[in-house]
Amino acid sequence: MPLSMSRSPGATPVDDSSRTISQVSTLKSEPDTQSQDLSMADAPASSDEEAAKTKVNLEDLFDDEDSDNEFPSSAPQIKSEEASQPIPLKITSKSAYSDPEIMRAFYQRLFPFRHLFQWLNHSPTPSNDFAHREFAFTLPNDAYLRYQSFPTADLLRKQCIAQLPSRFEIGPVYSTNPRDRKTLRKASAFRPLSKELVFDIDMTDYDDIRTCCTGASICEKCWSFITMAIKVIDVALRDDLGFKHILWVYSGRRGAHAWVCDKRARELDDSRRRSIAGYLELLKGGDQGGKRVNVRRPLHPHLDRSLDILKEHFQTTILREQDPWAEDAKAAHLLNLLPDKTLRDALQKKWDSAPERPSAAKWADIDAVAKSGSLSKSSRDLLEAKQDIVLEYTYPRLDAEVSKKLNHLLKSPFVVHPGTGRVCVPIDTRRVEEFDPLGVPTVTQLLQEIDEWRGEEGEKKVPDWDKTSLKPYVDFFRGFVASLLRDEKGAVKREREDGDAMEF
Amino acid sequence: MIRHDYSRVEPKRRAYIDPKKKQFAKVEFQQQEYKHRLNYYVLPPTAEITLEEFETWAINRLKVLSELEACSFRNRSPEETAEYMKSILDKYLPLRSNSSRSRDLQEERRKDHYSHFILRLAFSSTEDLRRRFSRLETMLFRLRFKEDDLRERQDFVSSLNLEWEEVGDDEKRELKEALAAVSGLKKGEEQGWFKVDFERVPELVEQRKVVLKRGKAYVPQREQMSLVVAEFTKRLDDALELTARALPRLDEDDRLAPILAHLSQSFMAPDAAYSSSDANIDGLSTITAPAIDNLSQHFPLCMQNLHQTLRRDSHLKHFGRLQYTLFLKGIGLSLEECIVFWRRSFKLIQDDKFNKEYRYNIRHSYGDVGGDANRRGRGYTPYSCQKLLTEPLPGPGQAHGCPYRTFEPDNLIAMLQRTGVSDRDLLKGVREDVGKQRYHVACNRVFEHSHKKEMKKVKDDGTWSAADLDTIVHPNTYFKRSWLLKHLGEGNAGVVNGDKMEE
Ligand SMILES: [Zn+2]
Repeated sequence: MPLSMSRSPGATPVDDSSRTISQVSTLKSEPDTQSQDLSMADAPASSDEEAAKTKVNLEDLFDDEDSDNEFPSSAPQIKSEEASQPIPLKITSKSAYSDPEIMRAFYQRLFPFRHLFQWLNHSPTPSNDFAHREFAFTLPNDAYLRYQSFPTADLLRKQCIAQLPSRFEIGPVYSTNPRDRKTLRKASAFRPLSKELVFDIDMTDYDDIRTCCTGASICEKCWSFITMAIKVIDVALRDDLGFKHILWVYSGRRGAHAWVCDKRARELDDSRRRSIAGYLELLKGGDQGGKRVNVRRPLHPHLDRSLDILKEHFQTTILREQDPWAEDAKAAHLLNLLPDKTLRDALQKKWDSAPERPSAAKWADIDAVAKSGSLSKSSRDLLEAKQDIVLEYTYPRLDAEVSKKLNHLLKSPFVVHPGTGRVCVPIDTRRVEEFDPLGVPTVTQLLQEIDEWRGEEGEKKVPDWDKTSLKPYVDFFRGFVASLLRDEKGAVKREREDGDAMEF
Repeated sequence: MIRHDYSRVEPKRRAYIDPKKKQFAKVEFQQQEYKHRLNYYVLPPTAEITLEEFETWAINRLKVLSELEACSFRNRSPEETAEYMKSILDKYLPLRSNSSRSRDLQEERRKDHYSHFILRLAFSSTEDLRRRFSRLETMLFRLRFKEDDLRERQDFVSSLNLEWEEVGDDEKRELKEALAAVSGLKKGEEQGWFKVDFERVPELVEQRKVVLKRGKAYVPQREQMSLVVAEFTKRLDDALELTARALPRLDEDDRLAPILAHLSQSFMAPDAAYSSSDANIDGLSTITAPAIDNLSQHFPLCMQNLHQTLRRDSHLKHFGRLQYTLFLKGIGLSLEECIVFWRRSFKLIQDDKFNKEYRYNIRHSYGDVGGDANRRGRGYTPYSCQKLLTEPLPGPGQAHGCPYRTFEPDNLIAMLQRTGVSDRDLLKGVREDVGKQRYHVACNRVFEHSHKKEMKKVKDDGTWSAADLDTIVHPNTYFKRSWLLKHLGEGNAGVVNGDKMEE
């Protein structure tokens, strides 16, 4: 990877677009540097020479910068051009989240670019893990820019400040720089290599069993669905699949994302991602009624463990808080899920005489009525049916498509949700029950906090986020990244694919 | 047969097959002996075959694979599939066990071996084809594995030397409950367990037929088939990837290339024909709304028709709009520019009506709005010829679809003449094609005629492979190829086909 490696971050030209253009024109005659040994061999001798020449040129161009290898890229310290800061921003809680001034201040002062860089780069020294990573920007006018990439955190930051994206997404690391993809002679030379294994849990998928809120709104009660889901998925990823570096992130409104960052997870191909999604997926079918859980007995260890975790939540979150079967029409769905006609009839009769009987009572009725003799099937059948119901109402509802594709994009942590203004902060799974989505700071609140901060600036400059309620989240993220980097350092560098004599 | 040796440089020596001349050393030439009925296809064939065998064997195997695919489309159960496939396999690709003592044993296995490798070449060019080929070959392998003679199957498996760690007694005790839950065996029943990285048994993981523990999958003995099959798929996928990268060299054999291209063409699914890399055109700068008028000279007739109708009426009806919007998206017009394009084209409509009635649909086509699935999928895929040729015919005032199909022949000819196609023989050919309902042949005929000079050039100087000049089955391919051919020597390398990168 001679090209991007030898580009030292310190000496990067100011204007990113000029970089792209000059590279495009220089690179034209040399396709895919990665599979060079292959494509070189294909080419007729003359272009072989030409390509070799080009390569020399490129090296000449960039080699001399190698000495300056300090890592200044993503430092949050404010550079001279911005040092003349606070023209105090008049921010009130009424300012619109998407106000350009707000977004500019957010990217300038609050977004933890340096940590984000290290997280994706897996090392303090800029590498292709970051440089070849696709970013996709959603601009204020709703334009969607794909295939953005940045050699350093600083350049990412600059483009954010210049374009003020309402959010940006993170895609895979590609075999070549995504910005250069059009200059490659062979389209197959541009392919996704790796990306975190990701999961997306969204409240939309719970709408058929959620009674407290509808649409985009959430409350403490329904957030429990997400909490349950995080618990079940997180433990499966750790204990079953052996992953360690799992970052959960609040999606800013009514859901959560998981980023599994272990090297082994990043290198999974689509079929392996699909298999993991399938392993974790349980509910089948849409919400047109009918039984959505059909599992073999004995329960697979993963489901058995999940049921253990979920049982408790079923009592509180489902029966007490959501009360999903209070209405008669909804109680009919519950009856449908019971396998025994005698029992169903007996329950129906009982409930007909007590309209709006709460769900907890109805749930207790099942066993009571069964014991009193109205059960034609075995008690094991009934137990299993009840387990299935618990699972149907509590088991995580993943948007599995997101997890199945290596090249799927997912919103970056720490961006602002344009609808709520809340920052997409990490969720600490050790205290997942305490996470309060409605307490997550909004961008306007944070900027106000900076203005109101009255602490002492010592010799070392206090980063702006340390003056705000974003601090614990950034600290958590930094800890997460540090632990990832520690493990990464130990990992052996992946061997280069050998391009020697092979047949077929 | 076809060898790829990367240390070699001389182009003439590569990818060379000739039934008459013996250009390889004798050592490489030995017939392989096939001890087992099943084959992992690790070693490529080395002996010669005739061109006729090359083609017939490939077509026979293709027939088998297509029938298998049809079974999976029709949701046939494994048993139904096995039943249905029996006669087809006997006819096209028989493969008997050692115990049959058939005289044709070696010959059958040779055909199986060679045909597999030929199709590997034909189907390694795009990601879509590779995935499909791998899926169908895996189905075939599984089918045969299941019905194989038990003893012979065991011999085959041992011959593979797959490295599976056996689970020791201590560990079995430790995981007793978990293992029992997965194996479904009653107490007291014993069985062996293997331990492998979970990546090696994706199918079993997906169906929760293994116990997972810290990244290891514990696989019951009886799921051995899954392991063997998964390993088969993995090796095949890896090999296909390598073949794909080696592929350009094959184009040099001008006798194989057309056969291979034809094979993969006949295997093409209707919409697999569009690859989003069609939007990435070397040398074509970012397309803006005003540029469309000029670019439309490179459009296929279906899109020219829409464009002309739009210019004439300052309007297009819904399906035409959709077809054209997707096409424009496919050539790389951004959403913003696309909105500008339509806004300006609909001259007779006020801003607020436009915003209310049209803007959303355009954004929807681009996946900018709509349900999660739509947004994630970045909207709809541009329509292929197949799609246009199977849609309902346009009603009064509508202009969508393929003009070769929807126009009266006289009107079609008139339309072609308006676009500058006047060669009498050509028009006669078009009339015949259309009469036989070979609409895409007619379209390709027109393309080849109007790009004759350029196509000859890229063929002669070898800058384009045969695959790059394949039959066009997608309007976006038509545009891309036309544009590149008319801008040769302007710095674009001229890649037409490419892998599908994004969804
Ligand atoms: Zn709620």
